Amino acid sequence: MHLSPDQIIFWQLGWCKLNATIVWTWALMLVLVAGSRLVTRRLRHGATRSRWQDMLEIVVTMLVRQIGDAGLPRPARYLGFLGTLFLFLALAALCTVLPFYEPPTGSLSTTTALALCVLTAVPMYGVLEVGWRGYLKTYLEPTVIMLPFNIIGEVSRTMALAVRLFGNMMSGAMIIAILLAITPFLFPVVMTLLGLLTGLVQAYIFCILAAVYIAAATRNT
Amino acid sequence: MDSMTLIAVASIIIAGITTSFGTMAPALAEGRAVAAALEALAQQPDASATITRTLFVGLAMIESMAIYCFVLSMILIFANPFWTHAIGAAGK
Repeated sequence: MHLSPDQIIFWQLGWCKLNATIVWTWALMLVLVAGSRLVTRRLRHGATRSRWQDMLEIVVTMLVRQIGDAGLPRPARYLGFLGTLFLFLALAALCTVLPFYEPPTGSLSTTTALALCVLTAVPMYGVLEVGWRGYLKTYLEPTVIMLPFNIIGEVSRTMALAVRLFGNMMSGAMIIAILLAITPFLFPVVMTLLGLLTGLVQAYIFCILAAVYIAAATRNT
Repeated sequence: MDSMTLIAVASIIIAGITTSFGTMAPALAEGRAVAAALEALAQQPDASATITRTLFVGLAMIESMAIYCFVLSMILIFANPFWTHAIGAAGK
């Protein structure tokens, strides 16, 4: 039994390893980039639109609405970052129905990388929106005594983001692996269905939390 | 008992305790959260979208406590640093 897809190694040359995490991450990136490139190549106005364009429009408008609901006044500004996060995480969770697929989010390296992206994006958007003084002042809220706690909170919430996603995806894969050994036929299918739901909810949570953090940093008081 | 057996016994027992207590409390908390959300839904069905969204976010936050405990017990069983240290010390 393996804890993460990091341990499945396809190809190795010295210190350079090509494990399942990297391979599936790049496969998902390829699918996302090539898919959206193919669809957006022929965008049309009016009534005669392709079904794929309709699908992408539904996804994008839904993302914009959800980001706006999370408390960000100008959602389109953050769509590039938060939308990409959601699409990657959702596709990583949905592809678990494919055979031989290992979700790259079931590896702590992937989720840590994504959480670090959030850690760097939050001050970036904060500084862009309210300036250095305004952003640094959020650390002194409500009083100066809270400064160390705010800094600890910044680090611990990043860790929580990474471990939450990793734990959810890893536990899904591990429960299925254990059930395959006990009740091989029907029950793993049910757990896979439950895993699809959990994966999508976790993708949603990750993005909403990132949006809430950005909203907290960009709020000018 | 040598140190490796001690480490193994301690890891297994603590992993069991961690998982049992770490699922008990979040289960209670999730039950209370869902009950409160259902009450709110019954009183204001118009606000169902907001309530459901907040409920899901809250449930995931509560559930992550259980997930932390699960990750900890998995580390204790499958990737125990003390176990690796004891094996390394025994190999010398």
